[in-house]
Parts: sequence; C-alpha cells; structure tokens
Amino acid sequence: MRIAVIGAGPAGVRAVETLVAAGHRPVWIDEAREGGGRIYQRPPQSLRRDARMLYGFEARKAEGVHATFERLAPVVDWRPETLVWHIRPQARRLSTQHQGRTQATVDYDAAILCTGAMDRVVPVPGWTLPGVTTMGAAQIALKTQGCSIGARVAFVGTGPLLYLVAYQYAKAGVTVAAVVDTTPFATKFAAAPGLLRGGATFVKGIYYIGWLRAHGVRVVEGATPVAINGTTDVQGLRWRGSDGREDLVACDAVGMGWGLKPEAQLADLAGVPFRFEPLQHSWIPECDTSGRTPVEGHYLAGDGAAIGGADVAELAGARAALALLQDAGQSVDAVRVAALDRALAGQQRFRIALERAFPYPAALAASVADETLLCRCEGLTAGELRAAAREDHDVGPAPEMNRAKAFTRVGMGRCQGRVCGPAAAEVLAASLGRDVASIGRLRGQSPVKPMPMLVPEATP
Amino acid sequence: MSETCDALVLGGGGAGCSAALHLAKRGLRVILLERGLVGGQASGVNYGGVRQQGRHAAELPIARRSREMWGRMREIAGTDAEFTVTTHLKLARNAEEEAELVAYLDIARDYGLSLRMVGSNSIHLEYPWLSNSVVAGSLSPEDGSANPRLLAPALAHAARAAGAVICEGTRIVELSYAGGMFLLRAEDGREFQAPLLLNVAGFWGGAVAEAFGEKAPVAPMSPNMMVTEPLPYFITPNIGVVGGNVYLRQIPRGNVIIGGGHGESDPSKPWSRALPEVSLQTQAHAVALVPELAGAHVIRSWSGIDGVTPDHLPVIGPSRTTPGLFHAFGFSGAGFQLGPAIGAIMTELMVDHATDVPLDAFRIDRFQTAAGDTP
Amino acid sequence: MKLQRVRDANRPGIALTLDGAEIAAQQGDTLLTALLAGGAGSLRRSEFGDGDRAGFCLMGACQDCWVSVAGVGRVRACATQASQGMKVTRG
Ligand SMILES: Cc1cc2nc3c(=O)[nH]c(=O)nc-3n(C[C@H](O)[C@H](O)[C@H](O)COP(=O)(O)OP(=O)(O)OC[C@H]3O[C@@H](n4cnc5c(N)ncnc54)[C@H](O)[C@@H]3O)c2cc1C
Ligand SMILES: Cc1cc2nc3c(=O)[nH]c(=O)nc-3n(C[C@H](O)[C@H](O)[C@H](O)COP(=O)(O)OP(=O)(O)OC[C@H]3O[C@@H](n4cnc5c(N)ncnc54)[C@H](O)[C@@H]3O)c2cc1C
Repeated sequence: MRIAVIGAGPAGVRAVETLVAAGHRPVWIDEAREGGGRIYQRPPQSLRRDARMLYGFEARKAEGVHATFERLAPVVDWRPETLVWHIRPQARRLSTQHQGRTQATVDYDAAILCTGAMDRVVPVPGWTLPGVTTMGAAQIALKTQGCSIGARVAFVGTGPLLYLVAYQYAKAGVTVAAVVDTTPFATKFAAAPGLLRGGATFVKGIYYIGWLRAHGVRVVEGATPVAINGTTDVQGLRWRGSDGREDLVACDAVGMGWGLKPEAQLADLAGVPFRFEPLQHSWIPECDTSGRTPVEGHYLAGDGAAIGGADVAELAGARAALALLQDAGQSVDAVRVAALDRALAGQQRFRIALERAFPYPAALAASVADETLLCRCEGLTAGELRAAAREDHDVGPAPEMNRAKAFTRVGMGRCQGRVCGPAAAEVLAASLGRDVASIGRLRGQSPVKPMPMLVPEATP
Repeated sequence: MSETCDALVLGGGGAGCSAALHLAKRGLRVILLERGLVGGQASGVNYGGVRQQGRHAAELPIARRSREMWGRMREIAGTDAEFTVTTHLKLARNAEEEAELVAYLDIARDYGLSLRMVGSNSIHLEYPWLSNSVVAGSLSPEDGSANPRLLAPALAHAARAAGAVICEGTRIVELSYAGGMFLLRAEDGREFQAPLLLNVAGFWGGAVAEAFGEKAPVAPMSPNMMVTEPLPYFITPNIGVVGGNVYLRQIPRGNVIIGGGHGESDPSKPWSRALPEVSLQTQAHAVALVPELAGAHVIRSWSGIDGVTPDHLPVIGPSRTTPGLFHAFGFSGAGFQLGPAIGAIMTELMVDHATDVPLDAFRIDRFQTAAGDTP
Repeated sequence: MKLQRVRDANRPGIALTLDGAEIAAQQGDTLLTALLAGGAGSLRRSEFGDGDRAGFCLMGACQDCWVSVAGVGRVRACATQASQGMKVTRG
C-alpha cells in the first residue's frame, strides 16, 4: 500500500511513526529541510543550541519529536525541501517540486495531510511596513535564527502565543515595548474554569503573563489597535484603551497575531468539504475525531485540520494513522485507539475554553478603515472591497467572497488570500449586513504556492 | 405558484445576460434563470480573449458585430469590463504555419477584418521579446482582451436596470412545452412560464435541447488556464499561435495569463480544474515563445466548462421541434468574444423573427444524418 | 526593518551582496536574516505602489519576501540559506 504523509511537524512525525510501526514505508514530504514543523522548527545545523534554550518548557517534547524524526527519516521515503503543489484525489496523485526546480509526481493509495497552520491577522494601518511581522514570525526569528525582529518590539493581538512570544523576547533580552491584547481581562476570566482543564498549559500561560508584569513589561488588555506609525519603517504602535483613551509606544518592530488558521489548501484541493467553525471563527476542513475526511483515502491531522496546538497534533497524527490502518483492514491496538480518543477529547474541552478566552476580534476586522491596505499581495484597500458590496457597484454587488475576489482581486495574489482572507470575509460580511459564515470562503488553487516556470529542456 | 413573463432566458453566461438586456430593452418582460451566479461558468473564467482573427468564416459576421459592441461596452453595460484593444498577434513557428496565416488573410478581408502580416525581420524588431522560434505573425489591430469576471455580471446588472428579472441560484430541472407555453421548474419547486424560451445554457444547452426532442452532440471542453505573478508590463498584444497549443496575454497590472491544452471537469457538479501535467507542458510552450517568462511564478491555475460540437461551431437559431424555442450554445471554447452580439441577434430572432446575420452554418439539425439521427 | 542578533551572534562570517552593496552575514543565517540583520531594510517593493516589504510570516506562507539570487532564481528569503558570495537583488 502506497501511503503519502505531507508535513513533518508533530502531527506528521507521529503519523509516520505509527505507520512505520505497522510495517509501512510511506512517502514523507515537507517543504522544510528537516522535521519539526512550526513549534519545533530547528535552527540550521551551524546554529544548533540547547533545546531548553530554544523551546523552553517544551524542550522535552521537542527533543522527542526530533529524535523520532531522525529515526524515521532514513527508513521511509523522506523527501525534504519538496513542496506538494497539487493533489488529485480521484487519480490519487500528488504533484511535487523539489527545491523550486525538479518536478515529480507521487501516486498514493492513502494520504495523511499534516500541513499545519499560520497566523491569523487583522490589518492595521501601517501593517505592511518593514518591521511588522506575524507573531509566529517573531518567534521563528528568535528560535531558529537567534534574532529579534527589532530592538524595541511591541506585540499586538490575542491568544496564548501573544504572551509566550513576548516572554521569549523579554527573556532573550529584547526590550518589549508593550503587549497589547485585544481581549478584555473579563473575557479571559470568564473562561478560566474551562482553561483549568488545560493543566500545565494553562499554568504556563498564567506564568508568562505574571513574569512579563513582574519584569515591568507593559501589558494592556481590551485594547483596540489604531495604527502602526511610520512611513518607511516602524516608529511606534498606537492603540485605544478600554477607557477610550489613545496611547502610543515607541518601537521599531511590531509582532501581530490573533491565533492561527489551518493551512488547508491541499485539503481543499483534495475535495474535502469545509465548514465554518463558530468557536474558532474559521473555515476548517471536515473530518471526524480520528482524522477521516469524507473523501475516501484522505486523512487530516494536526493544526491543518483544526487548531489544537502541538500536543493535540502529536495525538491526532498517531490517531489518523491508526484510522488509515483500520480502513486498510489492518488490525490495530484497540487500547491505544481508546487512549488516544480519550486524550483528544480531553484536549478538545481545553481548546474550547481557550477559544472563548481569546476570541478572534471579528468586529475589529470588520471595521478596518477604508484607506487601510487589506490585501497586501494585490495592494487592495478595505474601502475597495466595501465598494464591491454596494448596490451601486458598477457591475452589481458581490454577494459572496469569491464573487468579491472576482470583482476586486482580493485574495487573488501570490498568497491566495492566506493572509487577508479572514479579515476580508469580515469586511465583506459586515458590508452586506450578513453573517460571515454565509458568504463563503476563498478556495485554494493549484499551485498552492507560487511556482517558477522552468526553462524547457533543450530539444536535441 | 408560477411566474409568467414574455421570455425566459435559461443560462446566465455572457450570451444569456446580453440577451436578457436586449430583450428587456425591447420591452419584453424577461426572466433569466441561472443555477449559480451569473458568469459563474465559462463566461466568467475564460481566458478573456476578445479575438476575431482565426475564427471560422461563418463566425466572422457575429464576431464583427460583437467587436463593434465591445467598443461601446461602457455605454451598453455601464463598464468596459477592462476591454482593451491590445491587438492580437498570431504567430507562425515554421513555413507551413506561415502559409496558414497568409491563407487566412483573404478570408478575413472578405468579412472586413483587416489583418497585417509581420514578416520574419520586422517581427523581431517590433516584438524583441519573442524567441527565435517565431518566423512570422499575423496582426489583428482591432482585437484585444477583457476581464471575463466582469462581463456577464455587468450585462446582468444593466439588464436588471432595464427591467429584466435575474434569478440566480435557480437550477432548472424540468422543462416542458404545452399550449404555446414553456413551463420550467426549478430544483426548489418554483415555476416559470413564457411563450418564448432562449436556451443559452452553455455546455448544458445540449441537455436543454434534448428535453425538446432535439439532439445536438455537445461534449465538455475545459481549456487549461494559469496566471503568473505581476511582472513588468512588456507583452502588449494578445498572443496566439497556429495550432493553438499556447496563448498568452499580459494585463497592465503585470500578470500574464497563459492558456493551452485541456484540464479536467465534471459538468454534473459542475466542477473543473487545471491538470498539473498540462500546466507544466504549457509553461514550457510559453517560455519557448517568450523566453523572458522563464522563472516567472505561476500563482494560480484553473479551468472551466464550455460545450464543444463536432465541427467546433455553436448551435444558433430557432428550434426545429418547438415553436418559440431558440438556441445559442456550444460555443466550443470561443464564445466570450461573441456573447454580446449573441444577445442582440437572438433578440432579433425572437422579437423580429429575422436577423441580418447569416446563421445557416449553426442550425441545430446540421448534425443529423440522412436517417434523421445524430451520429 | 533591522533584525537584531540577540543570541549566538558570533558565528563565522560570510559576505554577500544585495543590489551590488556588500552585506556582512553569518553562517547559519537565512537569506532574510542575512539581509535584514545586515542593514538591507527591505527585501522587495510592492508592485502596486504601496511601499517596501520585508517579509511578514517567515514561514513561507505570505509570499512577501521574494528576492532573486544570481544563478539560482527567485527564492523566498525566509526559507533559503544564505551562503558565501551570493549575489542577491531585491524583488
Ligand atoms: C509560526 C508558528 C509558531 C508556533 N509556535 C507555537 C508555540 O510556541 N507553542 C505552541 O503550543 N504552538 C505553537 N504553534 C502552533 C503550532 O502550529 C502547533 O503547535 C504545531 O506545530 C502543529 O503541528 P502540525 O504538525 O499540525 O503542523 P506544523 O508543525 O505546522 O507542520 C506542518 C508541516 O507541513 C509542511 N507543509 C505544509 N504544507 C506543505 C506542502 N504543501 N508541501 C510540503 N510541506 C508542507 C510545513 O512545511 C510544516 O513543516 C505555532 C505555530 C506557528 C505557525
Ligand atoms: C477556460 C476557458 C477559456 C476560454 N477562453 C476564451 C477566450 O479567450 N475567448 C473566447 O471568445 N472564448 C473563450 N472561451 C469560451 C467562452 O468562455 C464560452 O464560449 C462562453 O463563455 C460561453 O458562454 P455561454 O453564455 O454560452 O455559456 P456559460 O458561460 O457556460 O453560461 C451558461 C450558463 O447556463 C447555466 N445553466 C446551465 N444549465 C442550467 C440549468 N439547468 N438551470 C439554470 N442554469 C443553467 C450555467 O450555470 C451557466 O452559467 C473559453 C472557455 C473556457 C472554459
């Protein structure tokens, strides 16, 4: 049986581990040079440091994932630096490109997509300036390159990553100008009982906030970002406090992020239906708790299925592999399946509380000012998108997201709406006076990332 | 409850939306029925070529009339749908292909379409970015391109303003004719009635005709399309080649749209998609033609579904079985340019019972054998 | 944008150029780190007149850090290792 696993983050590593244990030798593909995925992304060889330094509390887990990866890579068909740019679910064929050059197709009988996630952002005036990055980018710079995104960094957004990254920066000796959380304290407080289920994860979260405050870092809650000041680079971050007063800190870089969203373009191309998940306030591909999608032979695991964090990704990767084995008629350890299901169910309750504690600020996204750049690929402002929703729009109003894309080019650029998609949907829905779940979503298209046209082989 | 009107237009592509506009302007109460959104199928996803050059002689009168309308699109539809007279340059890569271009000059001239041959010396002077594989070209100064995503919605918007009712999200599942009236039932049970019915259902037009006992062999056709990231603007003409294995055009924003070969589709969904192998092959053809494109990034690919007939000509004209029924479908991959004129011509047929444009080549019964059956 | 080297900042040096100007970097740098820690300020310019960009997500998703490397072609600076002698141009 030919099995393909895409992604070598925690989900992919545990999926492959389970498949190998059952006697399979899957094709394993990742764009990255090595396994680890996002949270456990490793610095290049020449920059390797102590895991404790790189991954903090998660060092043990990181080492576990890395060691497993290193054990597995030689015994499977491991294909690093290889982008899967298309998937054909009927033909069961992947199109891949190695190092931006060599094309290859991979035929499979079953595939597990463990494609991970990226940051979800809300456009703020000035957010395209050099010096503004996602929260994840700020962490990757530090973790894998030993760099901070600036000398005096402000963080704005919400979610656990906000406090974690600020903490990591401050620990590394970077001046953290401010941590501006769009969620009010009361919202988080209300979710606290559920968060307690998160056990250690919750305690760590509290610890980061406490540490930051104790070290004199300014932490603001319930704030509304107003602008990132600067013309060619970042000069400061402005926000409005919960009391309505505007405030400003000087900084030379800003990290922003409001949680994560699945990188689900391949699931989309694989024909997996999507549904709007109200709690995550996000479109996610449909699969059951063991990762089975409605498209036979196709499984999802980890953040690419729904945002669950690294621990869930490890569990889900193993669980999806077991589902695949079960469906292929192989016998699996029922006790292990039950244990995984229990652990996943427990995590799910914690995730629900976490989403309640740090909700996506839909109203903020919907009210992005007209002049603010919304789609950074196509250079399109929020006002231009709003115009397309109006009755007097010259070709009629766009009633849903893909029509808005067709009219305005929103999400039509290099990133295919990965960055602007969520905010654009809020802007359009608000303009139409409709619920965001009712206006559709931007679809993934092949190639899932830009692909260079190659010089044709010289004909003899 | 059924809604009654003077004319039903089945299909909201470029042809249908233009027809709704023209019928409404002639004072008819029109209802246009569209399964999805107007321009959601072939008319909204095509390459955007507004090209007369290279068409079958029989199509040229329609193409000429449409071209005249494209020039007035802002007046007709309230937007020019980014129609730009970019010229169309059709390239020959060997002597045989060049001879084909030369032979076409006469056909074009008969229909008032003036083309200019660009010889092997001047073509590389005028278009220095073309590769040496090109030996000559035929330039059509009046041709150009437009944004397909805008045309049908714009025409529908104008039709609405002229009084037509545009019913989107209305999939017709049952069609019948009795007592001089057509009765169409939508999936959700709504019914629509009129003494006139225009079948402009694109690929699905074949099934509509069949519901009235008329067979026309239409197969799905899904040109393979892709687009690059924005590049400095240098390819001004809309480019084609003899044989058609690649065609490309650049918009002033910088993106290069490239077509060639065919993707995959399932009209029953409807669903369509570019095929990776075809995309890679077409990229190679494109780079072979315009070497500077090497290394440019393709950011998206797609396809669509048009209906193709055995002779690659559409079905246009009255039904042979049912009075009041008119067809215009099966544009075989070249109906975007024709759409505006089709609406005007069908209106003349349906309202005035005559049109100046010769339509004999497009009769629906042309596929019938002597035995009276389609092959 | 000026990346600050806050850890392991004393690795062996490498030199590359950006639009002809010398950039001093270190072994183990990605191209993005090399350029933005080396004072480049930005990596590309938006095609639509809204200013310079210097990457955004650092994980290959946002497509806002494309640069050209002589002999290699266009690469995402965040996902490409810098190496001695690379000749880089913006965009
Ligand atoms: C930047 C960032 C930082 C994070 N930091 C933390 C943190 O500190 N703490 C925490 O708890 N959580 C963090 N998270 C959440 C994190 O996503 C999960 O904890 C965990 O990494 C998810 O594991 P995964 O295996 O599902 O996906 P990932 O770890 O994201 O792995 C997905 C892998 O798939 C590969 N891939 C995706 N698409 C393709 C394709 N088309 N072709 C080839 N390969 C592909 C990617 O290269 C990647 O290696 C972070 C997330 C991001 C995005
Ligand atoms: C990828 C591609 C590239 C092309 N490039 C060019 C080009 O460059 N230049 C050019 O001139 N032509 C081009 N063409 C051809 C051109 O797009 C088509 O010929 C033209 O758009 C057909 O228009 P239409 O109105 O007949 O059909 P369509 O646009 O397909 O409209 C028919 C409509 O009928 C609706 N419909 C069907 N059945 C039902 C039903 N039962 N109930 C309700 N509604 C129904 C469909 O939903 C559809 O919207 C291309 C086609 C494709 C697919």
